Amino acid sequence: MNLGTRKLLDRSFTSVGIGSIVIMALALMVVLVPIVTNGLGAVFFTGTVEHRKMLLSEFNRGDSRELETAIASSDRYRAKVYEMLSGFESEMAAMTPERQDEYRPKYGQVKTAVQALLGPLPGDPEPMLTRFKYGQTRWEKAEEKLHDLLYETKWDNSDPNAMSKEYFANRSESFAGTSLVKLFPYVRENMSNMLLPEFTVYWGFITDSSVDSHIFGGIWPEIQGTFFLAVGAMLFAFPLGVIAAVYFTEYAKSGFFNSMLRSANSTLAGVPSIVFGMFGLAFFINTLKVSESKSVIAGSLTLAIMILPTIIRAAEEAILAVPKTYREASLSLGSTKWNTIATVILPAALPGILTGGVISLGRAAGETAPIIFTAAVSVGSAIGLADVFSSPTPALSWNIYNLASEHEAAAQIRHVQYGMVLALVSIVLLLNLSAIVLRARISKKLKG
Amino acid sequence: MLMTDDVTVTSPDVPAQKSTREIYLPPARKKITGGGTPHIVAKEFSIYYGEFEAVKKVSADILSKYVTAIIGPSGCGKSTFLRSINRMNDLIPNSHTTGSIFFDGADIYGRYTDEVLLRKKVGMVFQKPNPFPKSIFDNIAYGPRLHGVNDKKTLADIVERSLKKAALWSEVCDRLDKNALGLSGGQQQRLCVARTLAVEPEVLLLDEPTSALDPKATAKIEDLIQELRGSYTIMIVTHNMQQASRVSDYTMFFYEGMLVEHASTAQLFTNPRDSMTEDYITGRFS
Ligand SMILES: Nc1ncnc2c1ncn2[C@@H]1O[C@H](COP(=O)(O)OP(=O)(O)OP(=O)(O)O)[C@@H](O)[C@H]1O
Ligand SMILES: [Mg+2]
Repeated sequence: MNLGTRKLLDRSFTSVGIGSIVIMALALMVVLVPIVTNGLGAVFFTGTVEHRKMLLSEFNRGDSRELETAIASSDRYRAKVYEMLSGFESEMAAMTPERQDEYRPKYGQVKTAVQALLGPLPGDPEPMLTRFKYGQTRWEKAEEKLHDLLYETKWDNSDPNAMSKEYFANRSESFAGTSLVKLFPYVRENMSNMLLPEFTVYWGFITDSSVDSHIFGGIWPEIQGTFFLAVGAMLFAFPLGVIAAVYFTEYAKSGFFNSMLRSANSTLAGVPSIVFGMFGLAFFINTLKVSESKSVIAGSLTLAIMILPTIIRAAEEAILAVPKTYREASLSLGSTKWNTIATVILPAALPGILTGGVISLGRAAGETAPIIFTAAVSVGSAIGLADVFSSPTPALSWNIYNLASEHEAAAQIRHVQYGMVLALVSIVLLLNLSAIVLRARISKKLKG
Repeated sequence: MLMTDDVTVTSPDVPAQKSTREIYLPPARKKITGGGTPHIVAKEFSIYYGEFEAVKKVSADILSKYVTAIIGPSGCGKSTFLRSINRMNDLIPNSHTTGSIFFDGADIYGRYTDEVLLRKKVGMVFQKPNPFPKSIFDNIAYGPRLHGVNDKKTLADIVERSLKKAALWSEVCDRLDKNALGLSGGQQQRLCVARTLAVEPEVLLLDEPTSALDPKATAKIEDLIQELRGSYTIMIVTHNMQQASRVSDYTMFFYEGMLVEHASTAQLFTNPRDSMTEDYITGRFS
């Protein structure tokens, strides 16, 4: 091959390499940017007076004196709304039955919208569900609710050949000629007076438990559950994996049995995680009966089995990478094999072993499928350390799925979902980062 | 005191062959007391790698407290023979031995021999310096700790004594807690000698200990061997004929796995019995 072609090939290879890295970085940005921006929205947002009310009565946090003045001031503006509502009710009572029938459903919608925006109306009985006890706690949600109040969503079916089209009809038009028309501009103009929005930093999102299945509150039970599950998995898998790796590298003779073990290990690494989930349910819960039903311990054991092959592989590679000369030096000084492993080989292999361990820890924290049947519940409070043998736990990975797909008010609490995703991604990234730092530290110490 | 190759260069009119012989004359050395008994005895000793017989039916007596050099062309089984004395060949799968080799009268490959105890008594320094990635102190203290010395003061004493014996103390005494991999190659090799001495072995096996070192560091190691001579039974594999003649009392010449000649260094280099030995030491083949 002549020089020209060689250089051309070199150059084109370089550009393809750079190109693929750029594409990867872009893909990462596309994934991470919305996660970070939306996730941060769970902690930093414009909160309303309803949020402060909720914090005070659910978590007993905040300045009650200050809140009282705020409520008093917002109530002054709200009173007008309620006045208009009851005014219209009496107006309706005086109407002919036909007109009453015409207005009642429309009025019902208006009332519901006001309730959603401002919370229960005065004189209403205390709602059963916490989610109905408060108005909108977040300003951007309040604006959505305001839209619901001002406009009615309708479908245009006039063209039979086209898909029906969504459009918004002004509610004030349906109440033309009644006293209620004044309500709509009033609410629009006095939104901030009634809800008193202000910039809020809600660190409690990380440390609070959830209230009424994540409608309010934070994600601490999920964070803690993820932590318990992942750390529990490590407690089982790490020592086992290192011992297995030592066996494979130092003690196993090359024979049928051992090559079987090796290929079993490689196969295990490729098994889909949902299979581990089923296995965990069938083996740990139904057969071994480590717990009555789902529990942290069952989930940890399942995750441990899942990450075991990775840990073994990483540890094996790290041990094999230890120079032969260390082993010779140690043995020639009259060290036993076991002593050589414990005092020379494992310390020298430690950076690699730990890196594998931490990466597996990240994987255990992020996996959903293995814990669906063995450990995860969608709603629950943070469990104590003593309960890990009997209680299931919420966990970030499972709850992200649950909130996105199964939650009855999924659209209402997107910010919680994003917050969870951000928390999970941060935890995994943090773990991987610490693996890198740890590795660098130890390697530096070893190299002197 | 040390003779060098320069002799041939500075006297070009002297026939090369003749002068080569002269350089190999071993220098005068201090007298050894209490040594000279057979310490390691090989009888019809062979080592196989699979089917291949790397060391063939070697019989020899290695005398205690003296320095024995092993020379021979590459691949002739020098390292294999040396490593068999402290059973480092055990690490190589498929290797086995026939015949026997005794250390202090006990069969090294005997069924009841504890190879760990044997290695404690028969220390080894390798071709490439191989300190552990630990501090200088921990490197030296590794062996003693292994054998049950945990007292800080005792360990510190052992470390100091061993480093002094290895002529390294003055160079490293102020940085004992630094990583040993930061030392120079020659210092690392002396550290390895010190590490071996710290276990208080009776025999010191050196497999080309200076092949990775520059002349200055080599001279230091050779001086060190002179220092240790008389206290330890020393066996040294070397490719350097001058080095063999400088440091050893006895020399073994191996060729293709066979022990061709084993005699006092003075005799082997001045008046070899075997023509093959003569060819080798005069550089007719290597
Ligand atoms: N692990 C091994 N497996 C198989 N054969 C080996 C092994 N080690 C060495 N040999 C063979 O045994 C013979 C003797 O090797 P040895 O290393 O003892 O030679 P040597 O005299 O030390 O050579 P050098 O001077 O190059 O170090 C050589 O032919 C070599 O190829
Ligand atoms: Mg060799």
